[in-house]
Amino acid sequence: MKTYDAIVVGGGHNGLVCAAYLAKAGRSVLVLERRHVLGGAAVSEEVHPGFTFSVCSYVVSLLRPWIIRDLELARFGLEMIPLEASFLPLPDGDSLCRWSDPELTRKEVSRFSPKDAETLGEFALAMSKMGRFAKPVIDSPAPDPGSLNPAKVVELLRLGRHFSAAPDDELELRLKLFSMSSVDFLDEWFESDVLKAPMSVSGIIGTFLGVRSPGTAYVLLHHYMGEIDGAFRSWGFSKGGTGGVSLAIANAARHFGAEIRTEAPVERILVQNGAATGVVLANGDELRARAVVSGCDPRRTFLGLVGRQHLPDEFAADIARYKYRGSSGKVNLALDRLPEFTSRPGDGPHLRGDIAIAPSIDYLEHAYDEAKYGSFSSRPYLNVVIPSTVDPTVAPPGKHVMSCFVQYAPYHIAEGPEHWPEKREAFGDAVVDTLAEYIPGIRDIILHRQVLSPWDLEQEFGLSEGNIFHGELTLEQLSFLRPAAGWARYRTPLAGLWLAGSGAHPGGGIMGAPGALCARTMLASGNLR
Amino acid sequence: MPAPTPFHPRTFALNSSLLYKEWAGCYAPKRYDVYLDREYYAVRHQATVMDATPLYKYEVRGKDASALLSRIMVKGFAKFAVGRVSYVCWCDEHGKVLDDGTVTRLASEHFRVTSADPALGWFSRHARGLDVALDDSSRTIAALALQGPRSRDVLRGLVGNEIDGLKFFRALSTRLPGRGGIDLTITRTGYTGDLGYELWVANEHALALWDAVLEAGRTHGLLPMGLDALDVVRVEAGFLLGGVDYTSARRAPIERQKSSPYELGFDWMVDLEREPFVGRDSLRRDRRAGPRRRFVGLEIAWDDFERIYERYELPPHLETGTSRDGVPLYRSGRQVGYATSRTWSPLLKRYLGLATIESDLAADGTELEIEVTCEYERHRARAHVRPLPFFDPERKKA
Repeated sequence: MKTYDAIVVGGGHNGLVCAAYLAKAGRSVLVLERRHVLGGAAVSEEVHPGFTFSVCSYVVSLLRPWIIRDLELARFGLEMIPLEASFLPLPDGDSLCRWSDPELTRKEVSRFSPKDAETLGEFALAMSKMGRFAKPVIDSPAPDPGSLNPAKVVELLRLGRHFSAAPDDELELRLKLFSMSSVDFLDEWFESDVLKAPMSVSGIIGTFLGVRSPGTAYVLLHHYMGEIDGAFRSWGFSKGGTGGVSLAIANAARHFGAEIRTEAPVERILVQNGAATGVVLANGDELRARAVVSGCDPRRTFLGLVGRQHLPDEFAADIARYKYRGSSGKVNLALDRLPEFTSRPGDGPHLRGDIAIAPSIDYLEHAYDEAKYGSFSSRPYLNVVIPSTVDPTVAPPGKHVMSCFVQYAPYHIAEGPEHWPEKREAFGDAVVDTLAEYIPGIRDIILHRQVLSPWDLEQEFGLSEGNIFHGELTLEQLSFLRPAAGWARYRTPLAGLWLAGSGAHPGGGIMGAPGALCARTMLASGNLR
Repeated sequence: MPAPTPFHPRTFALNSSLLYKEWAGCYAPKRYDVYLDREYYAVRHQATVMDATPLYKYEVRGKDASALLSRIMVKGFAKFAVGRVSYVCWCDEHGKVLDDGTVTRLASEHFRVTSADPALGWFSRHARGLDVALDDSSRTIAALALQGPRSRDVLRGLVGNEIDGLKFFRALSTRLPGRGGIDLTITRTGYTGDLGYELWVANEHALALWDAVLEAGRTHGLLPMGLDALDVVRVEAGFLLGGVDYTSARRAPIERQKSSPYELGFDWMVDLEREPFVGRDSLRRDRRAGPRRRFVGLEIAWDDFERIYERYELPPHLETGTSRDGVPLYRSGRQVGYATSRTWSPLLKRYLGLATIESDLAADGTELEIEVTCEYERHRARAHVRPLPFFDPERKKA
């Protein structure tokens, strides 16, 4: 029987990145994906004939440029199209659009607050400095504060210097980012609710917190680290949907020699003498490898595929405590024509970016209130995109796909998560009702509706509790604490088992960094164990 | 002062940036919006329409039309079939390139030539003794470049399935339905390196054509495109531009500024084994001797570029669009050439250049150094010679 150098469990984008790097280094690699299609949550599927949905994740920003270059992803089919604008329709028929052109944005914002319009540039400069500070953090493995290994101590000191070698005002800004709520942080800069509301939501995406919850300011920064072609704060669509990213990575991996199988669900990871030695497929087949890499989240990996009995108690307890608390769902619509917003009728560049239903901070906080007590928001925050306006491959001519990210949709509803299937359509209705307040004709142009609750994200895509980031991106679950103290550098307590998914540093989003950094660490270890 | 083209009433209404450039005496939009990306991505993913009217155009008619072109151009046109289009250059008596353009055979005794510079005088000078009539149609025929992966779908909506039979570098004479029909010539040509067409009509039908194209393009994401986006995609396609990547022999005050077709990579166009033509004897000598310089593709090492900026704690920064500032290239400390066009390709995720370098360094993969200026200080980054074109999708010829 063939023994692979590495078997990667899960063909999500991180698993594929890891496989591609290992294969490029000459290792024999097998990727096993449970579903019929690659990509995990970065997946495109033709859900309705002629309409291709980015079923889960829907925009790309953090995909590391060095990964694109290392794996030659453009050559293997990756094509990105930038989002042009951030559009905020308001219930009173007014609206705000923020554009790539700062002058145009300034004009729009000054209708609500001339002062804020002036401050915008200053804020963007400060945040991009913060983003540049954070960049080396997401481009290298997490520091190891407990280590006495001289190389790691030097690394830690360097990071410490990097952190403190900044003017006082920047240090102050960093500390505020680490401790404040999104809203409090933005209050220090801006006065207009209309501007602050859509900005503050960057702090809550994928977490079960509200825009007024402390600690959410940091996640704002995550959204300022995104870059395309060296330009910070830019987001893009992937041609053909976000699955296009995964397929390009898979093409690269195959080119470098990796073997990829779909519809090959892994039942469990084989453990012998305290080490991972392969996997057992659902059909009973056993496959052997010197190393097993999991692209799945920590709970699924350790408590599911490995089993508590093979793990140190303390580690297993940490993994069990690690927070998921999925808070979002997804509604994908196939549309007969472009939606018509009351506030800006007709076609236009405002439809070529992201559209936020976040009319005020109170609206967002109310949405969170309902979720706290176990129901989905009757008027949720929506982040809407219509990628077919710039990518004609995803819908027939003249037709469109509309993707709605919906928060809050708590995994833990009062009735219990297993009752989500009974509530799914009501949840979908709440989303369409919300949209209809801004697009009165929306119901007449919907050709097909796909509703995904956090329960569905868990059942179909293997995301524990429906968390889109493999665990919340809150400070206590980041860097050297992700997924557990002492085990943040892709290694696990089980020799030969590695974690390469978003549950590892630096976290979620279509970033590829966990997969790439895991592969680098494995290769540096020599024998992959 | 530049003059408006026949499309001006429509393009002016759409040009929200008010950024224009003078092109052959005409107003030409640089970009329709201050944000360049929209047009760039539209031409690579959807379709764009660009006013190409400023191009110089000449109608060559008569029994000896092909003989005249064979005499001027570096290739012969005697056996060139009706309905074909050719990209070609022409030289002075010393075999130095004057201009490059397309030649279309519209009928057995009718050719249309396009050029970047006026050429009527040059063509007439060589027409002596031939039965040929030369007409300058530069300002009587309007041209639209309809380019991008969806351009064929747009045209199908305009002229029907007839368009599906039109092959790469072929011409089709047809009629645009409505208003009693408009004579329209469609060539499957362009300057984007993508699937694309150029549409040619008499000036008086220009607006009707524009309206019909925009209407047909409505469901295909068609956008108007200006020269700035074109300048990026033409570098991806590896197309050199007269006046930027080489100097016309007619404009060059000194010898070293002139180029032979071999230096520009036009070897494939030149047919020396035929009747005499302008510059033939010099070109024969040039071919024997081999060119001193070569026109090549260049890829600038992004890691080096980024590292230079990191020294100043700056993110790497490139102006959007193509830079046409010439920059020196070095090898082992010695200057060996210059890059004439540089652009970041958002599609290929590579920093590309077009360059002229000493011939013995023109092999694919040769490592050079390019000058990079950051904070007014000079640095060098590695750059590698790469084959052209950088971007060559199957759909271009399919």
